[in-house]
Order: sequence, then structure tokens, then C-alpha cells
Amino acid sequence: MSTHTLVSAQLARVPGVAIALIALCGIFAVTSPGFATPANIANILTQSTILLLLALPMTLIIMTEGLDLSIGAVLTFSSIVLAITALATGSPALAFLAALAVGLCFGLANGVLIAVFDIPPFITTLGTLGIAQGLSLVVTDGQSVVGIPRSIEAIYSGTAAGIPLPIILAALAYALTHTLLYHTRFGTYVFALGGNREALKVAGISVRGMLIRVYVFGGLMAGFAALLMTARLNSAHPTAGIGMEFDAIAAIAVGGTSFERGNGWLLGTLLGVLTVGVLRNGLNLLAVPSSAQVACIGALVIIALFIDGLRGEQ
Amino acid sequence: MSTAPDKVAVPRLALSGDVMQTLYRVLAVVLLSVALATLSDVFLTANNILNVLRQTALLFLMASGLTLVILTAGLDLSIGANVALSGCLAASVIKLTGSPLLGVATGIACGLVVGFANGVLVTALRIPSFIATYGMMWILTGVTYYYMAGETIHGFPSGFRQLGSGYLFGVPMPVYVMVVFLAIGALFAQRTVWGQQIYAIGANPVAARLSGVPVERRLVLVYTVSGAMAGLASLIILARINSAQGDIGEELTLPAIAAVLVGGTSLFGGSGTVAGTLIGALLLTVVLNGMNLLQINSSWQPLATGIIILLAVWIDTRTRRIGE
Repeated sequence: MSTHTLVSAQLARVPGVAIALIALCGIFAVTSPGFATPANIANILTQSTILLLLALPMTLIIMTEGLDLSIGAVLTFSSIVLAITALATGSPALAFLAALAVGLCFGLANGVLIAVFDIPPFITTLGTLGIAQGLSLVVTDGQSVVGIPRSIEAIYSGTAAGIPLPIILAALAYALTHTLLYHTRFGTYVFALGGNREALKVAGISVRGMLIRVYVFGGLMAGFAALLMTARLNSAHPTAGIGMEFDAIAAIAVGGTSFERGNGWLLGTLLGVLTVGVLRNGLNLLAVPSSAQVACIGALVIIALFIDGLRGEQ
Repeated sequence: MSTAPDKVAVPRLALSGDVMQTLYRVLAVVLLSVALATLSDVFLTANNILNVLRQTALLFLMASGLTLVILTAGLDLSIGANVALSGCLAASVIKLTGSPLLGVATGIACGLVVGFANGVLVTALRIPSFIATYGMMWILTGVTYYYMAGETIHGFPSGFRQLGSGYLFGVPMPVYVMVVFLAIGALFAQRTVWGQQIYAIGANPVAARLSGVPVERRLVLVYTVSGAMAGLASLIILARINSAQGDIGEELTLPAIAAVLVGGTSLFGGSGTVAGTLIGALLLTVVLNGMNLLQINSSWQPLATGIIILLAVWIDTRTRRIGE
């Protein structure tokens, strides 16, 4: 496939996710009066930041024809370690470092198991999901960790120049990922890992090293997201992040990144995250229980993949 | 490149290797049991043994259909959530109509339809199976929780409850169900054309297609069977615990996957047996039962299962690499 057809294939997707987003906004603006208010829109953006932090590295992982099912459980365990460290030391900075360290360890474990031991990504991360989830339950004994310093909560509720802090942090993360993917050699290798792994080997690039880096990036971002999640809940809970990986995968699928051949699109992921965020927020306003929201997100993904499949056949 | 003699020798070696692998697994079960019998007074009591057998039967029923899926190099992550939905629907029907038979039919039909939907997602939409069934898992969980709204349905007719908690000649009923499906599953996989086609798809889908195997139809079949078996398993759970909640079966997906992989079915498709899965289910059940008896907090169970899965796949990967 030439670069030109790749680009035009991606341009053809622009309307897809954008139309879905606009259509959902239209529907909710009509059905629920509270939707199209500045406060609610700011709310949607702020609430989407945690999901974006997970979906950005997941896009890169999926582009390498991989998957990270453990990212929600790693987020949860990082958040618990963050809260416990904050309680023990009183230092938010130390707590944040601890969360990053947990993410780093799990990302490294995933990467090594996948790249060095050749275990398929979905089963590796299913195993580490069990481990992270188990550790979360064991460490907390199933209870919430509460009473963490106020300064951590301020990271979610604070503003700078009138813009909520989480949005600024998420924008920075997006810019960082965008730069990594489109303006560094690492990004070029990520594209090649999915579509043309043999070429990388021929060029003498360490495929293993690159894969490990991609999963470590995922782990670190989960640790980063743990900061926002803990700040948002003002506590850590052993089931808080369970299933977040589903929302992330859904956002990426809706955003038009393909699960095969490494065709990824970062802006699509951003729009996909907003689509999932709008859907959840709108359904919340309509008092739809969160269990039914999950089913709606699943349906949205199937519709998106179905339309993608139809386009692929043309 | 005089590898001809080796190539001739490979099938015989592989066969004896398979037998050895099975023996190793049986040995592992025996060693574990001896260790547990030493560590705990309860392990070898009649009650606990019957309990282990009953739990093995349940895990095997879920894992047997999954074995067929994994033989095609696919995966079904939705079985636990499927158990929950099928079980809750069956429970409602039994409560509404008072007819256990209608309930049984509903449970199996629900599982079957979900499995069929998985098959369609994997074949018609060409979504990788672990993503399609993972998405399905969350959809089913959402629908079940929404449907049940936190309620519990309990109290079923005693005839129905025999299916899970009854005995025949001192052996729990689920064990008979397990034996029947072990026989059917083993015969189907080893002795029928369709079974052999499933192995062929897992070993090499392109070659299978070229030699005339209707790949899509067989794939839809294995996901449908996997779903139907989840539906059946849900009935055994209902009959045993005499109640249905939105989260029944949720914690069984990982152990079922582990049972298949520990039982020697390759995640990469094309090799493994339904009988191996029985040994895997027994091993997993003994491990989890042992953890309970040694009073290890149940929070450790997903962690232990996760490690077992990783070990099993690592051994599988190594064996394949040596085989190549």
C-alpha cells in the first residue's frame, strides 16, 4: 500500500468518527437540557482526560499489532500504591513517583514477556491483569484507601489561567505522544512494527527493544493516569479502574485505528475518546445506569467496525 | 541438509512426547494432592473430594467448549459473562413459569445465541477473536447488571436443583454431566471430519481453506459450542447455589482459560485435546481448593491464576520453539 492510499484511507475516516461525535452531541443536546451547557462541556472534557491518558499509549500498542488488557488493572494498582505512599510519607511527589514506578514495572514485565518470551500480547496482559488486580485486592483487603493529602485532590479540581489542570496535563500528554509518533525515529519504528516488522529486522533495529519501549510507555502513562484518578476520587479503590481498558480500546476502535496491519491514527483516538466521553455523559444525564452504558459503548464499537468493514470492501 | 531421518522420526517422538506431557500433568496433580493432604487435614475428606470433583466438572464444562475455540487459534473471553447472563435469564424463566425444563432451554439457548454472535463478529466482521469476545464480555456484563439491577433470584424447584447438588450412587450429578460431555467432546474432536477440520484450521488456516474446509462455518460452530457450554455451566451453578446474581461466573473466565492451557492445548491452535482440558481443570481446581483450605485470602486467586496462565503459555512457546 503506497503512502498516498494510506493517507487517503485515513482522510476517508475523518467523517466517520467526527460524524458519530457530532450526531451524539446533537441527540443529547435535544434530549437532555443539561447537556449543551458550558459547565457540562467542561465536565466532559475533564472526565475524558483519564481515558485519553490510557488510550494514547494503547493506540501505539495496537499499532504494533499488540494489545494491553492490563492497563485498567495497572491504573488501579498504581492508584492504590500512590494513595498508600501519600498516606505513609505525606509527600505527593514521592507518591506520584511510586505510581510511575508501578506502571514502569508492569509495562516492563508486559514488554519482556511479549518481546523476549514470545508470549502473545493478549494472553500476557490478561495474565498481568490478573496479577495487578490480585495485588490491588491483597494490598487493600478490598477496602478503599482514604484520607490522602488535600494537595493531591487539587490536581484534579485546580485550574491554571482558567483552564482545568487535568485538561492541561492531558493536552501535554497528547502533544508528547504526537511528537513521539510522528516526529521521532521511535514513531517510525512503531509504524513499522505493525505493518513491516521484517523491514525493521533487515535494517538492524532491535524489534524486541522497540516493543518493550512501547509497553513501558503504556505502563508509565497508566501510572500518570493514576495521579488524575486518585485526585478525582480523592481516594483509591481496588476496583476503580477495572474495565477502563475496555473504554480505551473502544475509543481507539471508534477512532479508526485498525487492529491489523498497524494503521494507527492519533487524532482519531482523541476524537474516539471524546465520543465515548460524550456518550457516557449523555447517558448519565438521561439517568441510564452505567451497566447499560457499557453495552451502548460496545454497540457503538460494533457499528463502527461494521462501517469500517463495509468501507474496506469497497 | 540431510534431515530426512529426523523428519521420519518426528511423528513417533511427538507422540511419545504427548504421552509424557500428559503423564507430567497427572503427576503434577498427584504431587499437589499429596502436598495438600500433608498440609491440611480436610483435603482428603470425602466432603472435600466431592467438592473438588463438582468444581472440576463445572470448570471443565466451561473449558471444554473453549478448548475447541483455542484449537482454532482463537479465544473466547466472554464465557464468564455469558454464564452470568444465561444463568440470570434461566433463573427468571424458572421463576416466571415454574418449569425447570423451560429454564434449562433458556439458559442453553441464551449461551448459544451469544456464542453465535461471537462467531459472526469473528468471521463476518473479521475482528480478532480476543477483541470481539472481550467486547462481548463487557456488553454481556452491562446487560446482565442492567437486567438484574442488583437483585438476586433464589429458590428453585428441588428437581432442578438435583442437577447441581444431587447425587447418584454417591457421585455428584455434575460429574456425570462432565463425563458425558467429555465423551462427546473427545469423540467429536478426534473422530469426526468436523473435529479434524477444526484442528486443521488451527494448524494452518490458509492450507485448511485451500483443501476445502469451510473455515468460516467451522469457526462460527466452535464459538457457538463454547457459548452453549457456558449456558449449560450456568445451569449447574444455579442448581448448586440455588440463586442467581449479576456476578455469577464472572471469576470463572480466567480459571477456564488456564485449565485449557495447562491441559496442553496450544494457544497457537492445532494441538491439544478435550481430555487434556479435564486434567487442566482438575489441576486448577486442586490449586484453588488448596488455597482455600490453607486459608489463603481469596484475593490471591486471580493473581495465582494469572501466573499459572503465563507459565503455561511460556512452556507452550518453548515447546513449539524446540519443535521448530
